[in-house]
Amino acid sequence: MNSDAHASHSSAHAAMHADAHGESHAPHVTLDGYLIGFGLSVILTAVPFYLVMSGVLESKTATALAITILAVAQIVVHMVYFLHLDAKSEAGWNLMALIFTAVILIIALTGSLWIMYHLKVNMMPMDMSHLP
Amino acid sequence: MTSLAEANDALAATPDAGARNAVAALQSAAQAPFYVLDEHPHPAGYSTMLGFWIYIMSDCLLFSVLFAAYGVLGGNYAAGPAPKDLFDLNLVALNTTMLLLSSITYGFAMLAMQSNNVSRTQMWLAVTAFFGLCFIGIELHEFTDMIREGATPQRSAFLSSFFTLVGTHGLHVTTGLVWMVTLMVQVGQRGLIEANRRRLFCLSMFWHFLDVVWIGVFTFVYLMGMLR
Repeated sequence: MNSDAHASHSSAHAAMHADAHGESHAPHVTLDGYLIGFGLSVILTAVPFYLVMSGVLESKTATALAITILAVAQIVVHMVYFLHLDAKSEAGWNLMALIFTAVILIIALTGSLWIMYHLKVNMMPMDMSHLP
Repeated sequence: MTSLAEANDALAATPDAGARNAVAALQSAAQAPFYVLDEHPHPAGYSTMLGFWIYIMSDCLLFSVLFAAYGVLGGNYAAGPAPKDLFDLNLVALNTTMLLLSSITYGFAMLAMQSNNVSRTQMWLAVTAFFGLCFIGIELHEFTDMIREGATPQRSAFLSSFFTLVGTHGLHVTTGLVWMVTLMVQVGQRGLIEANRRRLFCLSMFWHFLDVVWIGVFTFVYLMGMLR
């Protein structure tokens, strides 16, 4: 049991180091990758600007939601095609650090907005006529 | 698993005490914990990419705090100018184009580096730096116009958080430009040696990361500001 666990652990360790000790572990970049990334970015940038500048969507909430979704999509495109992020780079530690950062980021952003919004609502000067 | 099972079978089957002890020793050796105590040598810079990525992630947290501050304070105009009075989306679209173009030209510099072409790498780095300079120039022009109209950082909480967030991004781009010129000189002096390739790759991550932050800025500050 234990010897088995050791065997698999040491082979994984060896594989990780073989990868990390390669001649150059910078990812191989391709022209196609950059062009696909650039094409997608142009579309994902042009569409939100068009949505806001022309005001095609009647509702502001719908526009805000649409441009948020497009921004998230564009961030993913940049991560994949320009920052060359995948689950395998640096034996997965890059992705792990990114996920950790994303969790902290979401907590900081939603937490601040949520708490401060409620604080603002509760601190609003009260209309005296409604008081008993 | 099989070797251990065999050892167990052998232990049960052996009547001889000496052999039994030997098998038991073998068994405990198989179960003994295994540590690598001596540090094995690593080539120079083998962990630089991961380290730099972690730096970028920490920078990401810095921006997330600035975004949160803008999100909270962005509506507090203090009877001063609102985003609709200040922002010119045509200018922002032009700025976004500059940064996006600089991203793809940096990609071309990486491709030139990969094919070991020193002058082409430097040429694309120069083109990238040019677009970066255009971006900074347009941003400074926008800031000067706003300040001339009285929309200074001191005017309202909205403007304080706006200038902090957008200004920090602009400072990062400026730092990236200084780094880019430095690397152009270094590549010229030493060629595309392993250390310079590593540095160029780190700057690539930094530059593309700044573009990612700008996606957040133009979406949540400028476009959402116009929707308010």
